[in-house]
Amino acid sequence: MHNDNLNPTEDIIIYRDVHKWFGDFHVLRGVNITIKRGEVVVVCGPSGGGKSTFIRTINRLEEHQRGDIIVDGIELTNDLRNIHAIQREIGMVFQSFNLFPHLKVIDNVSLAPFWVRKWSKEEAVRVAMELLERVGIPEQANKYPGQLSGGQQQRVAIARALAMQPKIMLFDEPTSALDPEMIKEVLDVMIELARSGMTMIVVTHEMGFAKEVANRIIFFSDGNIVEQNTTEEFFLNPREARTKLFLSQILTH
Amino acid sequence: MAERRRAVPFWRDERVLKVLTQIGFVVLVLVVGSGMLSNYRKRGLTFSFGFLDEEASFHLAEGIPFSPTDSYARAFLVGVVNTARVASLGIILATLVGLVTGIARLSDNWLVSRIASVYIEIIRNTPLLVQLFFLYFAVIIQLPSLREALVLPGNILLSNRGFVLPWPRPTVSFGLWWPFLVVAVIGATLMLILRRRGVQRTGRPSFNLLWVGVPLIVIPVLGWLLIPRSPLLLDLPEIVTMSGGVLKVEGGTKFSPEYTALLFGLVVYTGAFIAEVVRAGILAVPRGQTEAARAQGFTNGQILRLIIMPQALRVIIPPLISQYLNLTKNSSLAIGIAFLDLYAVSTTMLNQSGRVVEVFLMIMASYLTMSLTISLIMNIVNRRIQIVER
Repeated sequence: MHNDNLNPTEDIIIYRDVHKWFGDFHVLRGVNITIKRGEVVVVCGPSGGGKSTFIRTINRLEEHQRGDIIVDGIELTNDLRNIHAIQREIGMVFQSFNLFPHLKVIDNVSLAPFWVRKWSKEEAVRVAMELLERVGIPEQANKYPGQLSGGQQQRVAIARALAMQPKIMLFDEPTSALDPEMIKEVLDVMIELARSGMTMIVVTHEMGFAKEVANRIIFFSDGNIVEQNTTEEFFLNPREARTKLFLSQILTH
Repeated sequence: MAERRRAVPFWRDERVLKVLTQIGFVVLVLVVGSGMLSNYRKRGLTFSFGFLDEEASFHLAEGIPFSPTDSYARAFLVGVVNTARVASLGIILATLVGLVTGIARLSDNWLVSRIASVYIEIIRNTPLLVQLFFLYFAVIIQLPSLREALVLPGNILLSNRGFVLPWPRPTVSFGLWWPFLVVAVIGATLMLILRRRGVQRTGRPSFNLLWVGVPLIVIPVLGWLLIPRSPLLLDLPEIVTMSGGVLKVEGGTKFSPEYTALLFGLVVYTGAFIAEVVRAGILAVPRGQTEAARAQGFTNGQILRLIIMPQALRVIIPPLISQYLNLTKNSSLAIGIAFLDLYAVSTTMLNQSGRVVEVFLMIMASYLTMSLTISLIMNIVNRRIQIVER
């Protein structure tokens, strides 16, 4: 089930003792992790445990205060040029979609390739149409986000992130704001993406998705990684008490 | 089929009541109006605008030329033009000040946002009339006299008699020259269109934006050289001594101290309110929009221009209209510093002619017309940006 493009020799994300504080609140407490190119990593854990903050530090939506973060060979510092370079290479999908409501779907998807990648309008629109087809909603291209269902909006958001041809895709609880009947259409797109070899870090509690495509599961709690393991091992033999408790809570229904 | 509905008594019939209310209102207006008119007649006064043709016999030294032998109608026009002059320029400048300050207030830079908020709080929390008096009596009138006028670079004269700027004046050969200007503008526009097409096709402009300036400069210069006499002369202000040692400024374009004080006062005051409107508009755009844009690698400038402002404008424009209307109406405080605006001229007219009701009707009609024009234009703008949403 795991994808074959995994390149075990190349570390695309490296965290070394990363700390972050919100005021007095110590959110990330010395996170250490390396993620390889092509890997699909699912991050789970109780709310308030720092998993969202963790993936938001990967593309510098949140700044870390101590430790090193190296993404695709570039260290994240205060250098704006590095920050923009990394943000261009990382796509992100949010819980609340965050589509641009004043732009048509097609413009949502083609805006960044045109302005940031400096492609021609025609090229950007052509690629955008291909991506809308890939996520299964080419017929919605000329509508505004407000006219689409939640599931459709999230698929547009995925297409928008892919339009920049990112090397890494981040998903921050992509299905949590969706009605139950729409979760599958979004997960299907994500599964297809995982199988195509994309490096993905996904914060989610969709354990079905994890079992289907994840190479590794990270259990995040109290600002640090409590346990990480391959998917089968994680579910079959959780080692830590906190992990066992969490799994018993989310798997009972 | 169904039995006939019973007739509704008229006092419960919604449609009848609506019509009756309207008739009632018209009757009320007629009764009050005719009452006022008959009172007016009882006191031997007539209601007539005939006085407008009579000679005004007072001086007005601001705006379009006026002499005491001109009519009251002409005097009123002077006032209207002066108000329009201060309001139109004021609206443009206040919008710029407000936009910059509003964005500055939200800046991450502590000093920038602090300066912006101190400005806004001081201005918003003191009365406009006080600010105008301060500007006029404590700043502009305190400038050196004409004899010791400050001469700023570019030959700008600054004294307690106002500002005088150098101004280009057309000469006889201007008629030959302006077609060159038109051609230059058309040429530059064509180049802009061509450049935009190129950007749409290849994503990169085929030439630098600066090239657009070439026809804009070369063609008028060419015309200037071809025409025997230069079409424009820069009219430099000069202080000349009249007979009896009186000083006077000749040439240039003059801004009276009163106009300067009123314009600055209105711009600074309304700019502070517009800044708050702009800030509220920007804050109304959800944080997620900025984050989504940043995650795609947009720069801060692009985010503001492409993502935040288009959404913020929807929230900004309706209260912005109110600020424009406030600025226009607040310009009547000009009377406090003796700027000859619509209201100041009208009070003089009123004292001279005794036509209280007529003059006040004219004042109100004028402000109403100006306000409705602003509302109309801004509502069209508003509708155009709102339609894009769905």
